[in-house]
Parts: sequence; structure tokens; C-alpha cells
Amino acid sequence: MSKPFKPGTASLRLWQLLLLVAIVLVWHFASYSPKIAFFFGQPLEVSQRIWAWFVTDGSIYRHLWITLAETMLAFFIGTVAGMACGLWLGLSPMASAILDPYIKAANSMPRVILAPIFGMWFGLGIWSKVALAVTLVFFIVFFNVYQGVREVSPTLLDNARMLGAGRRQLLRHVYLPSATSWVFSSLHTSVGLAFVGAVVGEYLGSAAGVGYLILQAEGTLDVNTVFAGIVVLTAFALALDGLVGVIERRLMRWQPKASETEQL
Amino acid sequence: MADGSIQTAASEAALSLDGITCTFVSRDAAGGRYTAVRDTTLTVAPGEFVSVVGPTGCGKSTLLNVAAGLLSPTEGRVRVFGQPLAGINARAGYMFQGEALLPWRSALDNVAAGLEFAGVDREQARESARQWLRRVGLGGFEDRYPHQMSGGMRKRAMLAQTLIRDPDIILMDEPFSALDIQTRQLMENEVLDLWMAKRKAVLFITHDLDEAIAMSDRVVVLSAGPATRPIGEFNIDLPRPRDVAEVRMQPRFVELHAAIWSVLREEVLKGYAQQKRA
Repeated sequence: MSKPFKPGTASLRLWQLLLLVAIVLVWHFASYSPKIAFFFGQPLEVSQRIWAWFVTDGSIYRHLWITLAETMLAFFIGTVAGMACGLWLGLSPMASAILDPYIKAANSMPRVILAPIFGMWFGLGIWSKVALAVTLVFFIVFFNVYQGVREVSPTLLDNARMLGAGRRQLLRHVYLPSATSWVFSSLHTSVGLAFVGAVVGEYLGSAAGVGYLILQAEGTLDVNTVFAGIVVLTAFALALDGLVGVIERRLMRWQPKASETEQL
Repeated sequence: MADGSIQTAASEAALSLDGITCTFVSRDAAGGRYTAVRDTTLTVAPGEFVSVVGPTGCGKSTLLNVAAGLLSPTEGRVRVFGQPLAGINARAGYMFQGEALLPWRSALDNVAAGLEFAGVDREQARESARQWLRRVGLGGFEDRYPHQMSGGMRKRAMLAQTLIRDPDIILMDEPFSALDIQTRQLMENEVLDLWMAKRKAVLFITHDLDEAIAMSDRVVVLSAGPATRPIGEFNIDLPRPRDVAEVRMQPRFVELHAAIWSVLREEVLKGYAQQKRA
């Protein structure tokens, strides 16, 4: 242990775990003070709450299922729509020139403000939350694809054309793969934002979902349940992010990795 | 062969550029115009290997893009085997100067791309690509992605990618300029061997006079830009088959080199002076 900070994979995991344990311990001992316990909750209570949700009364599954469904739907719809629009505008300079100010306006608008309107349009069910989360996901993916399409190397395009590729083949074999690498860099951000959209939507008006649970708990000043909800959401957001990472590693095998040039 | 090519050029040239002028709108000065190539006439007979040499930045690549159909000239006509060219030159294969391999495809799929685009059955295309990879010395590297290959290997893959479609005209834009001298001579010899077997029309752009003389039937010298035009044409009557390293020792090579260099030298100096000013 002469160099305890050497970043090996195993020792790195250990240090990360130790940090988590340290934070929880600090939290635990600090919460002996009733004031701190009132505002920050108690880790034991929080874990009991989570245990009850998942094991003893199993009441969270319905809410979790709804929040996850909203997130996945928004993520899927937003990504597909963002890719389609990004490809279209990236390939059509005329359309992108005309729409440019509107896109800028729509992107800089604080879109959370749309939640009440979506509530009116789509009711209090899952679709108003999906709509809100879609507006968050869409623009991230859209801008990345748009950028990706416009930055395809002209030599690659010329080469593909000289090899006999038509318009559709250029789209399929050059533009799409090139845009995909940009999309993946944005998907990690968009998974998080899909969650944000779903939970904020629930928070602003709903009858089910983890955001709804948190809102209810807050109403009764039950801070332990609020923290339990936050922990559950974070864990699931991390899991979804990991899933995106797995898919990314499978699809992006062609990309040079930084580690590949390192010596063994 | 060299003399015959001039006569056949008039009737059935593989590629003929006739009075080509390319003017671009300059971005620096509003309304400014920049003429890259002016009134250039160039023909390549079937089976002829023509090199174009000129100082850097003289519009050599512009000329090649016109021949490929990627750029339509402001004035002048392009004919391919007697037919006026419209759109992409489907009978030409183009080997680019920069990195042109698709980074998301393995070497095998990159080489197969041309056949795949033409609608050839996927397995058949890959089998043919496998043969071509072996032919350019990349057997066993089928699964490598471009970023996993060295510069020389990428050039070989690009060569196979271009030749697999069996084009009647091969356009090459300083294909080996990024390689070290040993790899370069190896590749030059390999290209010559492949060309000797098939005898396609080649238009080869380079700034390296040695390379041009060693490989070609005819060398065309371009003036320094802007408004580049051909200022000299030399038949290279060295016997074939040639070895690019050995042919440089022949007295005739030295003679030709001296003759062409006397024309090229001034243009290179002009081009250099222009670059220094800019």
C-alpha cells in the first residue's frame, strides 16, 4: 500500500464504495440531532421505507412501473423524432435556414412551463408526462444529429458517391452511422432528462408515479419517504444509463477507444 | 504505345477534358473570383497511365474532381469514352488523398462497399472483397477497423476498394503522399503490377516528379495557380515492366527528369513564392 491511489479497477471500486459508506455514516450520525433528522431524514428510516416499498408491502411497483414507462416512452419517442428531424434538417439546408429561428426559440424556451398545457391537452394520465419529457429529450438528440450530419467528412461522401452510392445508400451507409456516434454521446444526457421530465410532470399533477409518491410525502413533511423516492429514482436512472452504455459499446465497436493506444 | 495514344485520343479517348475552366467565388473578398483551372485540355487514352505534376496548391485536385464528375466545370466539356459526362463518372474509380474509408466498416466491408452499392449479393461481394484484400497484401486483416490499421494498410484497403468495381478509368489523387518512402515504393510497384495486368486508363496526380516519371506513359506539367493550365507534356519512353526503385538509376530517367524539371522548376518557385505571401 505504498501507492494507495493507484487507479486499478478493483481498488478504484473499493475506494468508491468506501466513499459511499463514509457519506452514509456521516449522514447517520448527524441525524441523531432531531433538527437534522427533520430536514435530512435518517438513513435507517430511508432504507426501511425502501425495504417496505419493495419487499414487505410491495406498494412501489405500480408507481415505479408508471414512471419507468413514461421515461422509456419519452426516451424512445424523443430519440426517434430527434434523429428524424436532425437528419432531415441536416440534409436540407433550405428547410434548416427557414426553421432556424424557430428551433432556437423552442430550444431556449423554459420547456417545463409547458407541463400545465400538456396537462390540459393530454389529461393527468401518463401522456402529459411523456409529452413533457419528449420536449426535453428531443432537442438534445436533434442538435447532436444535426451537427453529426453536417460534419460528415466530404471525402467520405465523395468516396461513397464514387463507389456508386445513391441518395438512399448515402443516408443508410454514411449519414446514419456518422450521426449515430453523435446520438450516443447525447443519449446519456437524454436518459437523465427523460427521467426529469417524467418526474417533474408527475410532480405537477398526477395520480400515480414515483414523483406523485414524493409529492404526497412532502405534503405530510415525511422527509424519509422523499429521500427514499430520490434514492430509488437515482438507482433506476443509473441502471438505464448503464443499459445505454452497454448498447453503445456493442454498436460503436468501430470507434477508437482511448485505452486502446495505452500500453498493456 | 506513347505515340499511338495521341492519335487514338482524338477518336476514342477514355477520358477527355476539353477547355476546362473552373472559377470559384472567393470567400475572402466579397464578389471576388478565383480561377483554379483555366482552359485546360487533357486526354487519357484507354490503357494509358498519365501523371499530372505541378506545384502544391495549383488545382490538380480540382481537375481530378472534374474528371470524376464531383465538380462540374464552369466552362468546357468532359467526355468519357466519347460520351459527354453528366453527374458522377460511373466508369471511374477514385482513390482519394485523405482518409476515405468508412470508419464504421471493417476492412472487408469497406472493400465490399462498391459491390454492395451496385446491388451485388452480400456474400458474393464479401468473397470478392476477401480476394482483393489478399491481392493488396491485407489477407488476415479483414476484421480490422480503419483506426486499427497503419497508414499504409489503409491505403492498400483504399486501393482494393477502388479497384474491386473494375473501373475503366482510375483517378488517383496523390495517393501515397502520406506514406514513408519505403512503403511508398512498395505500393507504387504493386499499383504498377495491378495496372499491367488490367491496363486501365489512369490519371495520376502527384507533386513528386520521380514518382510521376517512374510510373507513367506520359507526364503533364501544370503551371502554378491561380488559373492553372498545362505547360508541358512529356512521353516517358522507359521500357516496362518497371521497378520504381531501379528505374531511377537509368540514364534515360535522369535525362527525362532534367528535361521536365527545367519546366517545372520555375512553377514550383512561383507557387512557393505565392504560398509565402499568403
